[in-house]
Amino acid sequence: MPGKLKVRIVAGRHLPVMDRASDLTDAFVEVKFGNTTFKTDVYPKSLNPQWNSEWFKFEVDDEDLQDEPLQITVLDHDTYSANDAIGKVYIDIDPLLSSEAATVISGWFPIYDTIHGIRGEINVLVKVDLFNDLNRFRQSSCGVKFFCTTSIPRCYRAVIVHGFVEELVVNEDPEYQWIDRIRTPRASNEARQRLISLMSGELQRKIGLKVLEMGGNAVVGYLQCFDLEGESGLVVRAIGTACTLDKLSNPSAALLPACNSPSKDMKEAPFSEDPNPNTHSSGPSTPLKNQTYSFSPSKSYSRQSSSSDTDLSLTPKTGMGSGGSVGKEGGPLKTLLRQQTQSALEHREFPFFTLTCFPMGFLVHVGGVVSARSVKLLDRIHNPDEPETRDAWWEEIRQEIKSHAKALGCHAVVGYSETTSICEEVCILSASGTAAVLNPKFLQDGCLDSCSEHRLSRQPTFFSTGSEKGEFDIFLQSKDSSSMLGLEEPSPPSCGFCHIPYDELNMPFPAHLTYCFNCRRQKVPDVLFTTMDLPLEAAVTGKGCLIQARLCRLKKKAQGEANATAISNLLPFMEYELHTQLMNKLKLRGMNALFGLRIQISVGENMLVGLASATGVYLTALPTPGGIQIAGKTPSDISYEQHISNMQKKINETIAKNKELYEIIPPKLFTMDPEVSAFKGTNTESIDEMIGSPIPEPRQRSRLFRSHSESSDEVSELDLSHGKKDAFVLEIDDADAVEDIHSLLTDAPLPTGFYSCNTEIMPGIYNWTSGVQMFTSVRVFRLNNTNLTNQGLNKIFNDLCENLLKSLYFKLRSMIPCCLCHVNFAVAVPEDELIQVAVTAVAMTFDKDQAQENLKLYVDKTLMKVITENEEQLQFPLELCSDSQSGNPFSPIKGTGLQENAGMHIVPSAQRATSVDYSSFADRCSTWIELIKLKAQTIRRGSIKTTSSLEKASPVSEGHSRLRSTTSNTGCTVAVVKMTPLSFIPGAKIIKYLGIINMFFIRETTSLREEGGVSGFLHAFIAEVFAMVRAHVAALGGNAVVSYIMKECVFMENPNKNQAQCLINVSGDAVIFVRECDLEALPVQPQTSAAQTSSSGGEVPA
Amino acid sequence: MAYSAPDSADKALRMAMELDVFVGNTTIMDEEVYQLWLDGYTVTDAVSMRVRSGILEQWGACQAVLESDTTDHYRTFQMAERLLHCPSKLANQLLFQIPPQRQAMLIERYYAFDPAFVRELLGKKLSKGTKKDLDDVSTKTGVTLKSCRRQFDNFKRVFKVVEEMKGPLVENIKQHFLLSDRLARDYGAIVFFANIRFETGKKKLQYLNFEDFAFCAGQLIQNWTVGAVDSMVEDMDVDLDKEFLQDLKELKILITDKDMLDQHKSLVCTALRGKIQVFAEMEANFKNLSRALVNIAAKLMHTKDVRDFFIDLVEKFIEPCRSDRWVLCDVKAFLTQYMNSARALDAFKQQAIWERYMTVIRSCILKMYHE
Repeated sequence: MPGKLKVRIVAGRHLPVMDRASDLTDAFVEVKFGNTTFKTDVYPKSLNPQWNSEWFKFEVDDEDLQDEPLQITVLDHDTYSANDAIGKVYIDIDPLLSSEAATVISGWFPIYDTIHGIRGEINVLVKVDLFNDLNRFRQSSCGVKFFCTTSIPRCYRAVIVHGFVEELVVNEDPEYQWIDRIRTPRASNEARQRLISLMSGELQRKIGLKVLEMGGNAVVGYLQCFDLEGESGLVVRAIGTACTLDKLSNPSAALLPACNSPSKDMKEAPFSEDPNPNTHSSGPSTPLKNQTYSFSPSKSYSRQSSSSDTDLSLTPKTGMGSGGSVGKEGGPLKTLLRQQTQSALEHREFPFFTLTCFPMGFLVHVGGVVSARSVKLLDRIHNPDEPETRDAWWEEIRQEIKSHAKALGCHAVVGYSETTSICEEVCILSASGTAAVLNPKFLQDGCLDSCSEHRLSRQPTFFSTGSEKGEFDIFLQSKDSSSMLGLEEPSPPSCGFCHIPYDELNMPFPAHLTYCFNCRRQKVPDVLFTTMDLPLEAAVTGKGCLIQARLCRLKKKAQGEANATAISNLLPFMEYELHTQLMNKLKLRGMNALFGLRIQISVGENMLVGLASATGVYLTALPTPGGIQIAGKTPSDISYEQHISNMQKKINETIAKNKELYEIIPPKLFTMDPEVSAFKGTNTESIDEMIGSPIPEPRQRSRLFRSHSESSDEVSELDLSHGKKDAFVLEIDDADAVEDIHSLLTDAPLPTGFYSCNTEIMPGIYNWTSGVQMFTSVRVFRLNNTNLTNQGLNKIFNDLCENLLKSLYFKLRSMIPCCLCHVNFAVAVPEDELIQVAVTAVAMTFDKDQAQENLKLYVDKTLMKVITENEEQLQFPLELCSDSQSGNPFSPIKGTGLQENAGMHIVPSAQRATSVDYSSFADRCSTWIELIKLKAQTIRRGSIKTTSSLEKASPVSEGHSRLRSTTSNTGCTVAVVKMTPLSFIPGAKIIKYLGIINMFFIRETTSLREEGGVSGFLHAFIAEVFAMVRAHVAALGGNAVVSYIMKECVFMENPNKNQAQCLINVSGDAVIFVRECDLEALPVQPQTSAAQTSSSGGEVPA
Repeated sequence: MAYSAPDSADKALRMAMELDVFVGNTTIMDEEVYQLWLDGYTVTDAVSMRVRSGILEQWGACQAVLESDTTDHYRTFQMAERLLHCPSKLANQLLFQIPPQRQAMLIERYYAFDPAFVRELLGKKLSKGTKKDLDDVSTKTGVTLKSCRRQFDNFKRVFKVVEEMKGPLVENIKQHFLLSDRLARDYGAIVFFANIRFETGKKKLQYLNFEDFAFCAGQLIQNWTVGAVDSMVEDMDVDLDKEFLQDLKELKILITDKDMLDQHKSLVCTALRGKIQVFAEMEANFKNLSRALVNIAAKLMHTKDVRDFFIDLVEKFIEPCRSDRWVLCDVKAFLTQYMNSARALDAFKQQAIWERYMTVIRSCILKMYHE
């Protein structure tokens, strides 16, 4: 019995009237976990019952704790007939299982009914007592942290990035069970919600086990999806990146009593009872125990550097054998880099990373987008209840992705994601990512916090030696030897990733290579497409913009194999056309690279819809894109010529206009720059000459032979340059091209004051202010015209998307100047004649008046400074290591000394000293970055008025940062919870991750007209979903959700029957954030930090 | 502009749009659209009004965008309306995340009313019958029927809630409906008028606007209700102090006792000689005026006469003065002197009642006296 779950039902409010006679309700509550159910007393005749129940205690296995949701049902007592259900609340208690996340769940939850929506609220308290479990063969993985965020979470550093984890579970869909015919829609919906909740829990637990096996303690970039396969089942699958994370004990966190509420201390007590550092050897058997490592310097240290042999001998392969896992990781990755030999280890089978944003130095080179699609028939699954078939499908696709990456000379795939589109029995599986070469050292022991490249090339030495002195020497050697080993000298971070990873003489696809416009040392392609975020350090000219390619293709209705074949045949053409559109639009904007590329192809009965979204930028390192040239086929007709030249003129004008709009001032040719000329000396007259010129420094890295993929149903790489290097020629000889050009020119420009992108950050905008507005917009278009052509369909779809964007801009006009970030379009073909587009994005305000370029320069410069400073102070971690090994981990002198060296705002040493551990070096680096950011923020704040400082609440020392601002008459108002699809909140610092939010809801109605039609129905449902997410976050003690996504929005209607049904699945990370201005005030008044957290939460975007 | 797509295409697209929603984490509520919604315009009307406001040119949007935006807002408001019926719910509901200042705006605007409309309804019973006749009011005032209904329902809702509540009326309204001080006061007046059913619809009273009546209501609530004398008494503010009304009879002595009447007159005349323009008229009319004011007081014990309070003030006092062309400052000087001089009458024992009565009468008349 490794855990005790305790639940208390406090009160209810705003309950619906259940008794028409009295206009009141006799409510009571059933609390169910697993197979145990408790009931409260009936609170008669009230719409605001006060149950104040006892603590209901469930004694359960931690396996169940992970799988099962807590189910709270509110009912109306009825003496004569069956009790009526008012609604339910499902609470995922997973956040309580990790000591670093939330400690208590307490707050008002909306009572949800799948037919009636939200019906009042209930106040619930939930706690978990976990007991130490010595069973090593257990099935649970309590304590593994999950993050939706696709970068290293802000208050952690990654000790090791282990790699790809995936899992898939299958079950029968309750909606398709025979019993569904006799049960009520409500019962059916609830069965489905509950099943998915259970499956998600199981999936998470299984992935957690894999992570533990790999030696990690967290999953980053966790993406869980549902496939509603219909008859053949319901699939829940997830992918993620396993990591070993360490919590950064940065000044703010150390100072915040909010993080160490009494209840949490109590919870941790059993594990931190003995301060004996030797326990670290037995520690690994308990993951929870491992969590405490980050707070305990000596232990953490031991994980990093103690000889793996001793560790292994004590705890043979129980998962957390820390040294062992480091060693384990080291080998395969090196081989991958060198020869791409198959890793001996199962989890290294796919060197994939779901991360999209990396710390500096992690990405060495980027090859380009790799994608694979495959069409499957669901009714051909032999054993639909077992996951094997689907596992095999995905395996196949991943292998393909891997081979594509190889073809690009890359050993890894980053920004990796997997999607499906299902229509009846046909299912398209898609996977895409960006082929990349990663810095191998990071994968062994890279501290993947925001500033860590100084750690490269050091770690291997730790395994080869015991003596501290030796470590130091060899470390120095290894640093030298890295260049001798043939790794080219490090490229500048601003352009290094653009340099081609593949062999120039053996290119996987035709492309034009030029010398990098930034460093002049390496070759770069003329365009770069990637699925990841723009690296922070990348040199960019001007601003970026959202670029979309949209495409519809009609397809004949067909069944089974014929249908699958038809779709398979269409897919490559669609991908090709989408790429062409993207390329055209990119050129039209005068840009040369795409980030965050996401290509979605949805299948319907009679059509395929493709939507590619990406953020276009001008990478300074890449050559200036040539224009678009229209070439007519028959030059005989004069009017035709005229027409063409008109179009050409229009295109040229648009390009010029766009360049101005996005502030793309083409970089000066290098001839103008005497310094560079002197440096390189040759070939600086013109770009053209460069192209054919031999490479002065042949790359020493050995290149393997690549076989190009022969797979038929995907297009692995773009082949769009057509052997012409300058202008992109559009042959206008067919109708398609005319249409293409037309759609190019009809793309509406952004209204003034607006920018948009689908990545985390908008290149060219650095001065965000605090206005954040996340939104979801859904449109469904009915195609009335039955005999549509491809062109007609395309136009409709294009207009649909364009108008949707226009509406968004109009809706958000009060936020100008503002940028729509992380614009995420999802298309679906829910029925024959319906096209559904759902958009989730966040509008963020920024300060226009700032001299942005200057700021950027400033940040760049300081970043560079940080890097050099780090280089100079490389011995620090080693010194600290030896110190702690000699049994004096809490050396206050060392600690403060370090901080003084760091030259940043320092917290009182007394408090600081307790948190000095081996990670303080990394810590220091990250705080440098923080400091720079802080400085930048301060500069910005200089000119703008922030309201947040006015809203500081008076000091309230409540353990949790529950947000309670007082309104004179209502007592407490609802906590403000921000939601954003980004991993950060501008102007604020995330101080704690409280756990993953992963919710699935079904809503159904049989009175569609009465609820305001389909729009009214869906509007209410989405608002309800937001409300439930916010309530859960607030109950965890958080004030924001980051990395929020709506993964699924399946809408079905039957207007004739006055019915509709919708399924929504959302996820994100619940966090506590503090405004940076509040942070600054912290050292002065450390006691008020809890109150400040709440005050910052009380703030609301303008 | 690139946005000005042909309208026909627009329309086609709109027609085929099966579903169109926008939901923000922070609920977006446009104040302009909110006002149009409150004013009871249909989406189509609202759109054309917004078009006329020039918003399309300003933001380079097309009609379809405006229509989608307006529909969306209307839907949001409709969803939020049930919360506005109980404004305290708005603060602790979870469905909409609305910043507090914005919540206050929503409530304040929702409970705001058209002066023309409320003038029509003042003193009327807030019954179903009255509600049925709202279309007439709508035609008369030019306020849309929808808006009339909302305002009527607001009156009724506030009335029902505070009717049985103890404690100060305006404070109750403020607490329960989270209204601003000013608006709460206005609602206090509306509730007060609706409860006592003062006659305000007569032709002679037409010249008075809502603000005049609201002021008078304030005076009455402050001075003539039970709560007025003793704030400790936990009683209702909506009803006049019955005991006081009974006592008012005793003021009759001022006109029935001839000596006292003469003495009162001479005191007032001495004090006002040379100070007012209409001295002669005042002197000639003193007895009539005094009789009028005291008779009004004496009659107030009957509910029916309470209802006629304002019409009596106008007919018996204001109109005679106006026909003699009294100016406001003369009225003021007279009433002040008339009230104060009674103190010097030794035989007059009802000083406290007199004071309580005349303070209100004086300020009401002064407010109602339009030159």
